[in-house]
Amino acid sequence: MSDAPTLTAVLQARFPQHVLGTHAYRGQETVVLKREGWLKVARFLRDDPAMAFDFLMDLACVDYLKFGRSQSSAPTLTTPSPLPYFMTPKPQAERWERVVSDDEFRFEVVCHLYSSLRNRRLRVKVPLTAADPSMPSLTGLWKSADWFEREAWDMFGVTFTGHPNLRRILMYESFQGHPLRKDYPIRKRQPLIGPVN
Amino acid sequence: MMMNSTPDAAKLNWMTTRLDAALGWARKFSIFQYPFVTACCGMEYMATAASHYDMDRFGAGFPRFSPRQADVLFVVGTISHKIAPMLRRVYDQMADPKWVVAFGVCTCTGGFYDNYATVQGIDAIIPVDVYIPGCPPRPENVLDGLMKLQEKIAAGKSAADPSAGRPAEFQVPHRPEAHL
Amino acid sequence: MKSVRGSGFRVLGQTPNQTAVSTVQPSTETRNMFLNIGPSHPAMHGIIQIIAELDGERIVGADVEIGYLHRAFEKESERGPYNNVVPYADRLNYVSPLINNFGYCLAVERLLGIEATERCQYIRVILSEISRITDHLTCVGASAMELGAFTVFLYMIKAREWLWELIESVTGARLTISYGRVGGVKADLPEDFAGRTRAVLEEVRKVLLECDTLLTRNRIFVDRMQGTGVISKETAISYAITGPFLRGSGIALDTRKAQPYFVYDRMQFDVPTGEHGDNYDRYLVRMEEMEQSMRIIEQALAAIPAGPLNVDMEGNILPASVMVDEAKMGRVAGFKQARVRLDPTLEGSTRGYHEAINAREKRAVLPAKEDTYGNIEGLMHHFKLIMLGHGIRPPKGEYYSAVEGANGELGFYVVSDGSDRPYRVRVHPPCFTIMAALRELIVGDMVADLVPTFGSVNMIGGELDR
Repeated sequence: MSDAPTLTAVLQARFPQHVLGTHAYRGQETVVLKREGWLKVARFLRDDPAMAFDFLMDLACVDYLKFGRSQSSAPTLTTPSPLPYFMTPKPQAERWERVVSDDEFRFEVVCHLYSSLRNRRLRVKVPLTAADPSMPSLTGLWKSADWFEREAWDMFGVTFTGHPNLRRILMYESFQGHPLRKDYPIRKRQPLIGPVN
Repeated sequence: MMMNSTPDAAKLNWMTTRLDAALGWARKFSIFQYPFVTACCGMEYMATAASHYDMDRFGAGFPRFSPRQADVLFVVGTISHKIAPMLRRVYDQMADPKWVVAFGVCTCTGGFYDNYATVQGIDAIIPVDVYIPGCPPRPENVLDGLMKLQEKIAAGKSAADPSAGRPAEFQVPHRPEAHL
Repeated sequence: MKSVRGSGFRVLGQTPNQTAVSTVQPSTETRNMFLNIGPSHPAMHGIIQIIAELDGERIVGADVEIGYLHRAFEKESERGPYNNVVPYADRLNYVSPLINNFGYCLAVERLLGIEATERCQYIRVILSEISRITDHLTCVGASAMELGAFTVFLYMIKAREWLWELIESVTGARLTISYGRVGGVKADLPEDFAGRTRAVLEEVRKVLLECDTLLTRNRIFVDRMQGTGVISKETAISYAITGPFLRGSGIALDTRKAQPYFVYDRMQFDVPTGEHGDNYDRYLVRMEEMEQSMRIIEQALAAIPAGPLNVDMEGNILPASVMVDEAKMGRVAGFKQARVRLDPTLEGSTRGYHEAINAREKRAVLPAKEDTYGNIEGLMHHFKLIMLGHGIRPPKGEYYSAVEGANGELGFYVVSDGSDRPYRVRVHPPCFTIMAALRELIVGDMVADLVPTFGSVNMIGGELDR
């Protein structure tokens, strides 16, 4: 992992106008990009021989609506009881920060790239606002993006411009809403037949 | 010596029974099942059907993949709201008399999937004769359920029967258009 | 639904009017047939739907519809504490649940910055490989059955049954095992595990030899498998296909080799690859992988560091309930070294075993049962990890960990917001990407070729739809 820091540094140096920030947490490198530069950087990552990220291993979305505002229903969290000495978190050398604010950018599309040639991974994240959760589609670069993006649309309502066939994949067409959004109640059922139970 | 007033049955070459009892006896050993396999329980279903546990001992060894040729519907695995109409359609296409086995806890109650995607028990959609709980049920448990089903078949009872005492809102209407 | 011969594949769902025929003579008109395969179809094990457009018997277009087994794994994961995800992870890939368990635990452990003990890592390797064999047995057996080789199916299920009995003796369950824990595993291996495993592997080898004799040179089998469902290296990479499917196309990519986790870097094993990327090569790759998995198991069994299994358990054993009663009276003086006799399902999680298989990390790992029952620190510790609103609290952060599942790279992307529940658990299911490529795999082949091709995908509904 001696060349590890250079990966984000290369991107930082090459696309200073597109890169919002970088960090390496637990040895995993992350680049946070602006939506506008997304396609350009992705193409560079795939085609540049020094990068050669040939696998778009995963594309997912995270909804930061309730991030840090705990979802736990336990009363002890509003009035936290002290932790025993053996459970207090150890001070850590590294800290993880989301580069952008949670209030402004509710969604984040997270891609995990893998280069089989160089055997290394890179995480690329694109923050999106709640008002306009859309970004360019990667289907022209990696074929695996097709279904991943359909799933992100289905589960989070993020639209991908330029996607040839952006429709629901896991849920049915008549389903209202996007179930993995944090404000979708887990038990809100929309049965096609039978009672709502 | 013979104090018995009844005739010696062994010397007779005929016997009497009730027609429904004979039919029930015949039916319970020729279960043509339709496995509606969706999820994890399918693995245990395979294990039960294969040589180790051998479902064929109970006359249920031959799955039919056309609902029109089947008389027991095995619903094996979680039923989501997306698949529910298909399950109902398969059930409607089966000819009477028919029985339904809910295999695994997801089909009985929804199991620990209590969320937007899953049906909380298939009896909200179709009538169920035998519930086999377990996540997934062990093969022994399945065979036990199968024997209970056999008893029910032999007695000529079925939950599909309108007189089975199912609440009105869960009665299954006759849907001839499902066969089209 | 009319279309004209030679007009090629039409996007499904277009109205027929868009390909209106004005210049075509009625005598030469042909129609493509739409065949709906699934969702309830014997060859679509699990439930997917393929709407195939047929010209004669040739598939000229297809639309694959999934999601019939969506049961909200990712939403359910956000609902409970970290260890509550483990049972849901079992049911992702229910043919090899142990790999899913350990994959999830690994992601959370890395997020916490802790590492499982060496013995635990060996246990994870052994059980992962047993799971991989059961998965491949099911896949090969089921797809052979669909091609008419029913005997092979019965033989392979028989072998799988032996392996399941082995798994049951360790985990207490045959299939949905919930054996992984963050920082360790539920319990240690039972005492005679190594011997029984070796015996079972011998039997499995015999079964594989039988099946190999029945299938590999079988004319019918070869004819149906060879040259069908072909995928090139480039297409496979573009679809991010991994695992045996990719290796069948000739790329020796295996997460166990490329980015080793657990103790795979100490194991000697080969990564088999195919040449043609067709169904037959994928069958051969799977058969060889089972052999390699057995190799790994045997090495791991030989190298596993001794646990406390030799510790003399005689002497001061007392039932847990008695221990609790004694502790209530305050008579805890002799408890420091006392051992508890527990319910058989908890066997192997008592003190002696506990230290060998669980990380020394009190923020994530439950105390040994003697401590829970025997002293206030242990009880408090247990409480703080189990009760609602308490539990493992990784610092804010994210981690993507990849393990080699039976179908390919199984990734867990876990985001923590510092609370006791995972903020987001994303699974990268290996067969999702393969299913995305299914359309390309079957278009151009015959309808009958769909069955072996789909069989070699090894679609597992639980992880595909989650």
